[in-house]
Amino acid sequence: MTVLQAQPPAWSRGASARRIAAMVLRHLYLLRSSWPRIFELMYWPTIQMILWGFITLFLATTSSYIAEAAGVLISAVLLWDVLFRGQLGFSLSFLEEVWSRNLGNLCVSPLKTGEFLTALMVMSLLRTLLGILPAAGLAIVFYEVSVFEMGLALIAFFANLLVMGWAIGMFVAALILRVGQGAENVAWLAIFLIAPISAIYYPVAVLPDWLQFIAWGLPTAVVFEGMRAVLIEGVFSLPLLLRAILLNLLYLGLGAAAFFYSFQVARRRGLLLQIGE
Amino acid sequence: MDKAVIEVAGLSKSYNGKPAVAEVGFRVAAGETVALLGANGAGKTTTISMLLGLLLPSAGSVRILGEDMVRHRHRVLGRMNFSSPYVDLPRRLTVRQNLTVFAMLYGVPAPRRRVAQLVEDLELRPFLTQRSGSLSAGQKTRVSLAKALINAPDVLLLDEPTASLDPDSGDWVRGYLEDYQRRSGAAILLASHNMAEVERLCDQVLMMRAGRIVDRGSPSALLQRYGRARLEDVFLDVARARRRDDPDRPGAAAE
Repeated sequence: MTVLQAQPPAWSRGASARRIAAMVLRHLYLLRSSWPRIFELMYWPTIQMILWGFITLFLATTSSYIAEAAGVLISAVLLWDVLFRGQLGFSLSFLEEVWSRNLGNLCVSPLKTGEFLTALMVMSLLRTLLGILPAAGLAIVFYEVSVFEMGLALIAFFANLLVMGWAIGMFVAALILRVGQGAENVAWLAIFLIAPISAIYYPVAVLPDWLQFIAWGLPTAVVFEGMRAVLIEGVFSLPLLLRAILLNLLYLGLGAAAFFYSFQVARRRGLLLQIGE
Repeated sequence: MDKAVIEVAGLSKSYNGKPAVAEVGFRVAAGETVALLGANGAGKTTTISMLLGLLLPSAGSVRILGEDMVRHRHRVLGRMNFSSPYVDLPRRLTVRQNLTVFAMLYGVPAPRRRVAQLVEDLELRPFLTQRSGSLSAGQKTRVSLAKALINAPDVLLLDEPTASLDPDSGDWVRGYLEDYQRRSGAAILLASHNMAEVERLCDQVLMMRAGRIVDRGSPSALLQRYGRARLEDVFLDVARARRRDDPDRPGAAAE
């Protein structure tokens, strides 16, 4: 008996933009078919922005710190939402495959794990922009606060927070692969674990010494310190940016490693067909 | 000389030391249809999962189209496909959207044309714009089959392809599979509980019990070997571990 030799088509070698586009299209179809999903994306960032806008108006009359940089709280809440929406966008796009019992179909298609993760990142970016841009626009209308005035610094902060969101999203997806759908609530909870030490609304210096040490190990705290430097002191700190990038590379690598490891464990334990049932 | 498209040797899978599949070995040639037959828990789905690379074997090897499925499955996944009642297509996407996405995932050169062709072949037009989650069992099976054929695969793995279908729909699907194989020369491996389906479609039958292949042969050879008129009785003999020479087999004393 002879063996028929495989002749891999060109598109099966290396990463495929077409397969990534297919996955993005699949999630765009889903978003397009459900206005409550789109509404929910915009709802929370907008409500948060309005709430913190009024808090800012109140505090500006009593605090010189807020009076000097009126946009610091609103900018903080919008950037925090970049992290939150980025992570949630990644995790929910993964969970959509679990909920629809589609992981089995994807895992036996030519889609590679790296392509799958890339598609989830693209969806996270789109979901985040869809949620944040209306809130950022309304902040200008309601409170005359424009995060866009941060210019290029805003792009650096946005990108770093988004990447950190992806890293956390990968850990969440890895956990769901390991322990099943029961862990899906972690998608909503995970980010709040680091919120107190991310120095969103206050400087890292406020934290106890031992917590400061941990906080400086998070790109989030580094980004929010950088944001305050821009808004209060008018200084863009390159060392802070480089630190955030290096930390993000570390966390993204760890998140991807956790996902790949969990995927292999799921293949060993036969979980890929069971997950979502 | 026939060409082995699927080569399985010494394939085993255990969970916590308990074997689910043990020492399974078989070959499927191009243009051949082989059935995995066995009771629930016999190891059929586990075997198919290992063939697809969804599950890593504890021991043994799987080669499909000449490639090791543990190490290089991505080299051949574009030339394979499968359908199973254990997976769904995204329920909120329409039939057309789902097929378009999978056509792109499989690198089909002209996705729209291919989807249109499958819509005609599998008579999907009446529910093409319906959400997949709202389809009847029969419609879902057709769509699942369309997804499995989207890349015109050389190797098709089907887990209970006509489960939950009425006799008419089941017969239609079997007819379509026969026709597809005639046209494409694909190798088909299917797990089924439907004996009529196995008799009609399959060149070879692998009888599984407790994770092992306990017998194999063409449907007619198995009928002859077990002295039965229907494959269903052979299935029951194997499932209940009774061979023709077993004196405890009902009716044996009268023979």
